[in-house]
Formats: sequence, C-alpha cells, structure tokens
Amino acid sequence: MPVVPEAIAPEPPATAETACFHCGLPVPAGTRYATVIDDQRQPMCCHGCEAVAEAIVAAGLTDFYRHRTAPSHRAEDLIPKQLRGLALYDRPDLQKSFVRAESEHIREAALILEGIVCAACVWLNERHVGRLPGVLEFRVNYSTHRARLRWDERQIKLSDILIAIAAIGYIAHPFDPNRQEALQKRERAVALRRLAVAGLGSMQVMMLAVGLYAGEYQGMEEWIRELLRWTCLILTVPVVTYSAQSFYRAAWRDLRRRQLGMDVPVALAIVAAFAASVWYTGKGGGEVYYDSVTMFVFFLLTGRFLEMTARHRAAQISEALVRMLPAIATRLNAADEEEIVPIAELAPGDRVLVRPGETIPADGSVIEGASSVDESLLTGESQPVPRQRGAALIGGAVNVDSPLVMRVEKVGADTVLSAISRLLDRAQSEKPRLALLADRIAGGFVAALLAVAAVVLAAWWSLSDFDTAFRVTLSVLVVSCPCALSLATPTAMVAATGALTRLGVLTTRGHALETLAQATHVIFDKTGTLTFGRPRVAAVETVGGLETRRGLALAAALERGSEHPVGRALVEAAGESIPSATDIRNTPGNGIEGWIEGRRYRIGRPEFVAALSQTAATERDDLDAASTWVALGDETRLLAWFRLTDALRPDAAIAVAALRARGLTVELLSGDRPDAVTHTAREAGIATATGGMSPQDKLERLRALQQRGTVVAMVGDGVNDAPVLAAAQVSLAMGNGTQLAHASADMILLSERLEHLVDGVDMARRTLTITRENFAWAIGYNLIALPLAAGGWLTPWMSAIGMSFSSLLVVVNALRLRRL
Amino acid sequence: MRILYLLIPMALGVVGVALWGFLWAVRTGQFDDLEGSAHRILMDDDDPRIPHYRAEAKEDKSLSE
Repeated sequence: MPVVPEAIAPEPPATAETACFHCGLPVPAGTRYATVIDDQRQPMCCHGCEAVAEAIVAAGLTDFYRHRTAPSHRAEDLIPKQLRGLALYDRPDLQKSFVRAESEHIREAALILEGIVCAACVWLNERHVGRLPGVLEFRVNYSTHRARLRWDERQIKLSDILIAIAAIGYIAHPFDPNRQEALQKRERAVALRRLAVAGLGSMQVMMLAVGLYAGEYQGMEEWIRELLRWTCLILTVPVVTYSAQSFYRAAWRDLRRRQLGMDVPVALAIVAAFAASVWYTGKGGGEVYYDSVTMFVFFLLTGRFLEMTARHRAAQISEALVRMLPAIATRLNAADEEEIVPIAELAPGDRVLVRPGETIPADGSVIEGASSVDESLLTGESQPVPRQRGAALIGGAVNVDSPLVMRVEKVGADTVLSAISRLLDRAQSEKPRLALLADRIAGGFVAALLAVAAVVLAAWWSLSDFDTAFRVTLSVLVVSCPCALSLATPTAMVAATGALTRLGVLTTRGHALETLAQATHVIFDKTGTLTFGRPRVAAVETVGGLETRRGLALAAALERGSEHPVGRALVEAAGESIPSATDIRNTPGNGIEGWIEGRRYRIGRPEFVAALSQTAATERDDLDAASTWVALGDETRLLAWFRLTDALRPDAAIAVAALRARGLTVELLSGDRPDAVTHTAREAGIATATGGMSPQDKLERLRALQQRGTVVAMVGDGVNDAPVLAAAQVSLAMGNGTQLAHASADMILLSERLEHLVDGVDMARRTLTITRENFAWAIGYNLIALPLAAGGWLTPWMSAIGMSFSSLLVVVNALRLRRL
Repeated sequence: MRILYLLIPMALGVVGVALWGFLWAVRTGQFDDLEGSAHRILMDDDDPRIPHYRAEAKEDKSLSE
C-alpha cells in the first residue's frame, strides 16, 4: 500500500535513487506516480510527467523512449485555463497575424516547439500530430525547433492541435515569421549557392590543373595546354565574379571606412591572381593561378558559411523567445462586453478584465474585485501581494486568485516594464568594447601583411623579373591569409554551442563562452533560479489523529479549482483520489470554504479557518521565513497544518559545490526578504548572501565586484534581473524566465537544471583552451610559412594547399568540442 | 587526343547539371534542416517483423477503422 505522508516531508535532496523515467529528475521519496511502458512499471516524478507518459503510451508511441538520447523536459500540469487560452488562437482576427490561408479551407502556420531535446522528440511530435484527422502536414525542423503545420480547418481546429501537442509534453507557440527571418533565409540560400558554385568550380579547375602541372614536367602539346587553360578560365569566371562577391563588398566597405579588415588582402589576392591569369592566358605564356584562386575562394566561403550558421541560430533562438505569444488583453467596452484586443491598442482609461493566471497588460489600478498578484518578476518578492479596489497594478505582474477589472493608466513607453527595458538597453549598449579590440588587432595584422607583401614584391622585382616577383608576392598573400586565424574562434564556438544546445543550454551571444570560461564569480538570484519559483508542500501536520493523506485529499478537494500557487501545490501533492467538493466559495486573501461529503471545511489563513469552528486562532510560532503555513479545519476544530515553501531545486547544492570545486566564488543576491534568502543560501551551501535588494542595489553590488577586476557570471530569472543580467560580463537565465530575461541573457538554461550550468562552465573552459591552441597554430603556421613564401620556395598552389591544410587542422581541432 | 575537344565541354555540361541540381535542392529547402533527416531515417517504427509491433500495428488499424 502506497504511503504518502512521510513523502511530503522535506523536499528530498538529489540523492534520491530513482529518477523520473520521463524527465530524469529525482523522484521525490514516497510519491507513487508511475506508468506502464513496454510492460514495465516506470517511476514518474509528478502528475504532469505521468500524464504525458500515459498519453504517449496510449498513442502507441513508446518507441520514443527507446530512441531518445536525452531525458525530456519536466512536464507541467496543464491547467484548464491555459487550455482555454489556446482556444483564443482559433479566433480569425488573431490568426491573421500568423496563419496563411492556402486555399479555401487549407491553413498553414508556423509553430515554435518548446521541449525538443533530441531527435526522438521530433519523431514523437510528427507521429502524434500527423495522425490527427485533418492534419495534412506537420514537419518539425530539428535544427531550429520550428514546425510547419498544414491543416484542414473543416476537420480540426488549431487549438485542438496545440492541445494534442501539449498532451505529449511539449508546448507549441504560433509565431509570425517576420522580415528578419525571411532575410536570414535568403542570406543562407545565397551563401549556399555561392558555396556550391565555388566548390564545383574549384574541383573542376583542380582536376584540369593536375593535367597542366603534369604537362609542365612531361611536356604537353601547345594546343592541349591552351585548351586546358581556357577551360580553367571559363570555370573560374563564375567563382570570381559570383562566389567571391562578398569578399569584394566587405573589402570595399573596410576601405571606405579607412580600416583594414581580413577581407582586404583576400580580395587583393583574388583579383590580382585572376587578372594575371587572364592576362597570361590571353598572351599564351607564363603562369596561371586558376586552381589557387578557386580553392582559396571555396575554403574561405566554407569558413564563412559555418560562422553564418552559428550566427543565425543564435538570432533565431533569442527572437523566438521574445516574440513567442501574440500579446492580447480582454477589454470591456461601454456595454460591459468583452473584446479581445492586441495590447498595442490599449489606451489610458480603458477597462480591462484580467482573469486569474493572466498577465496584467499595462500599468493601472483596480476598479473592481480583489485578488492577489504575483509581482515576483518585477520585484523579486516571491509571495503574491494582495490588491484591493483602488490599488495600483504593474503591467507584467500575474493575477493570482480571482478576476480583476482594472483601469489602464499608462501604456507603452510609460510603463514600469518599459522603464526596466530601457535600463536594459543602456546596460547592453555598454558592451561591445571587446569586439572593437578584436577589429583593431585584425587591422594591425592585415596592415603588417600588406606591408610584408609590398616589400617582397619590391625586393624580388629588383632582384629578378616581374613575373617571379608577382608569383612570390601572390604566394605570400595566399599563404598568410588570416583564414585559420579567422576560423579559429567561430568554429570552436559553433561546435561548443551545438554540444551545449543538445544539453539544453542555449548560447545566444558570441562572447558568452569565452567570458564564462574566465568567470571568477557566479552570482545567483534566488526565486526561480535556485528555487522552483513556486511553492510546494514541504510538511503536513495533522491535529487529532487525522490521516495525513486524508488531510491532503481534503485540502486538494477545496483547492482544486484554484489558480493560486499554494492551491496548485496542494493539489499536486495530493495526487489522485481527491474527493469532490461542492459550494466552493473563495474569499481572496483569506482562503476557501466548501462542502465535502456533507461537511463544511475551510482552508487558508488560521484566523479564517478558526472562525468556522469559532475557536481561537492559533498562530504558528515556528514560522520560518521561507515558508507559509496553511490551515485546514471543519466546523468543530482545526484539522491540519500544511507547510509550503518555495523549495530549492534538487540539484542546486550539487551545482554550487561543483562550481566552488572549479575555483569560482558563489554569491546570492535577491530581492526577497533577507531571512528567506539566508535560509536558501544555507541550504544551497552558499556562504555570501544578501537579501532585500532592489535591481539598483544589485547593479551597484555587481559594479563594485567588477571594479575589483572580477569577471562575474550572473544567473537569474525575471525582468527585475534584466539590467543586472546585461551588466554582468556574462549572464545566464533559466528557461522558465520571462521573455525579456531570455532576450537579454547570454546563455539560457532551457533544461532548467543547474547541473548543466556546471557543464556549461566546463565546456566554456575547454572551448577557450581549444581556441588558444588554434590561435597558437595559426600564428605559428604563419611564422613558418611566411618566410618560406617570401623566400620564393613556395608556389601559389602550394600556398593554397598549406593554407587550407592549416584551416582544416583548426576546424578538426575545434570539432573535438562536439563531444561532451 | 582530339577527343579532348569533346570530353572537356561534356565535363562542363556535367558540372552544369550538378550545379543546377544543387541549386534546385537549395531552392526547395532541402538544406534547411541538416540534422533532422539524419535521425529521422533511423526511426522506422512500424517494422511488422517485430512481434511487439504487430500487436501495436493492429491496434492502430482498429483505431483508425
């Protein structure tokens, strides 16, 4: 017989032996969620995972578990309200922004899928959704986590498809592929075409060049030599005029700005070598360099293509997170009718209905109703704050208990939220000094290279003829092409980023890994970062012999319809077998009353519960700062106490210890009450912790640390962190953080597992090592090859091979990072 | 060796066809997802020779009927 009671005792640390079969997180001791998969009973950590696993089994898709290579995301219980929210997507006015009508009834939309961790997820989604009647096509792009959906609107509604996706544990958001995305797609297509032309051209030319070289040694009839040279010319023309365009453009841009970029010597070498070859081909003598030119262009384009892919992916990820949901609000018109409008259309004076669980769309005040709102995203305060009639509301906060009607007072740029985002913009604009430095170094390198080439040309010309001087100079330009140098970093970054993405750690900024490797301090935020960000039942104390399980079941029965985080925590803890309650009445700020099996019960604040039995309210004296006590009672007496606390993530202590073992100083800064913060810090093993900090305080603390020369990695969650995240040298956000935090963070822990932060640090350090190796190689190679070329010992084709060998080595070395 | 006058233009023609093929593939979006297809091909889920699948396949059929 399963036992719940002890179960709920303090949140077990990650030492629990069993891991959830679905998401891989530790199963809290004593819970009894399980699903039979392939005739075996598999443990599950929570109701959400269990429901998802059952849906997968019921659909006959258990192969998913065999094929997947990474544990799935923890499935959240979908509350009915959220599902109803999905129905909004069926409204034609809302669909206008993201649905394309293919014919009268066929519709097409683009979706962003959250929760894709491995290829099996793609398979599962395609099979599950593809089987729904009315779905014509559902293709998931594994690289970008986007899906293309075509459906027949006569047979199925969009919301039903979204619900089906939710049932197997993924979240789908419709999105509007905007202009920037279309631009990226075109850029990629153009790059691929250029690469193809250069690749095919260089292969053909190289083949003919082998013939030409062989002819030099063995002798070749003049007409064959002419034929081969002219063929080479024909093949090289598209490479030089089409494929290499980007180099000319970049070089020209640099020159116009009176700077020297990497592309200047590249463009110079290509144009000079090609012009000379054409000249000699026409004249019918001398040396041609078609092979060197085409090979050069091809290898350079390959490097650029890899770099572009990484850049696009980073942009797509951050963009996806910012523009995930169409922002809408429910406005009440003069006749009190509800109408759904985009937030942009709200004006001061409008009346807006905010249902429980919805986000407050703008700044304003309550004109009807009483509720509590969760402002943790804005202030860091973890407990919902009561808001009565007349109280001020901040846009971005979440309404928790009951519906509110608010009057909009400030919209758009005047709101608190946009003030924060302006702060964020400013903090971000302080960054790109590092990029400028890199440009200057490259400029110096190129200037030196051009100077060397000029000296070589002059010296050889004075010693022998122009032809030899030209050949030697060309070798110098080609051999010392800063190609390996410019591939050294991006390739390592692409490989490392790819490996981390598979773990669920997204890198959204180019500098993130480099800086993370050098970090000396890691600063954590508390709510939602070290903790789950919502309360969970930590202890149950029953009074007068009531069975713990019964107590939980009664509590859950009363709270079942509640959107309050406390209520959801109780329902989650109770599991199944919840009796049904009738006549439920919610008294916001106090608690809930209802009838279960013929008796009246109350749950909530002690005074409220005691009032029912007309006994004196007992206060808990063992109140510790981090938790809330909820009482349950009937008409005669108090029945049970529940302690709820925003529990520490099970891997927090392990992650903190691992970070310290790597020589990092760990600190905790939070906007929450100081005693609650100290408590969390003790549990996580963090020595330095400060609570009660405003975003400004955090920023000052950060600046103070930075002035001492430390490199700070900030791990946060929430809008109030955004300026601090941006000011830290490198920032990481938890995947469940708000959209703004995502957009400003350099890395995102989509897996929401702090252990992966440690993996991120390890990967970053390895990346830095490999990048340094690559640089050492590239510079060492140039130091050896440049004198050889300048001495005339290398021909241009040898230089091109040497250069490409050097690049290849750098790339292969970097690709070692793909393995974790 | 006069055959080269024929062979080399032919080779150019082949290159042209290859290039056209590649550009066609780019245009039809076959390079949009370079990772997914490699995995997708490995998951053949409805191999009727495995007894376990036969049962499932039957279930599927009865469901769709």
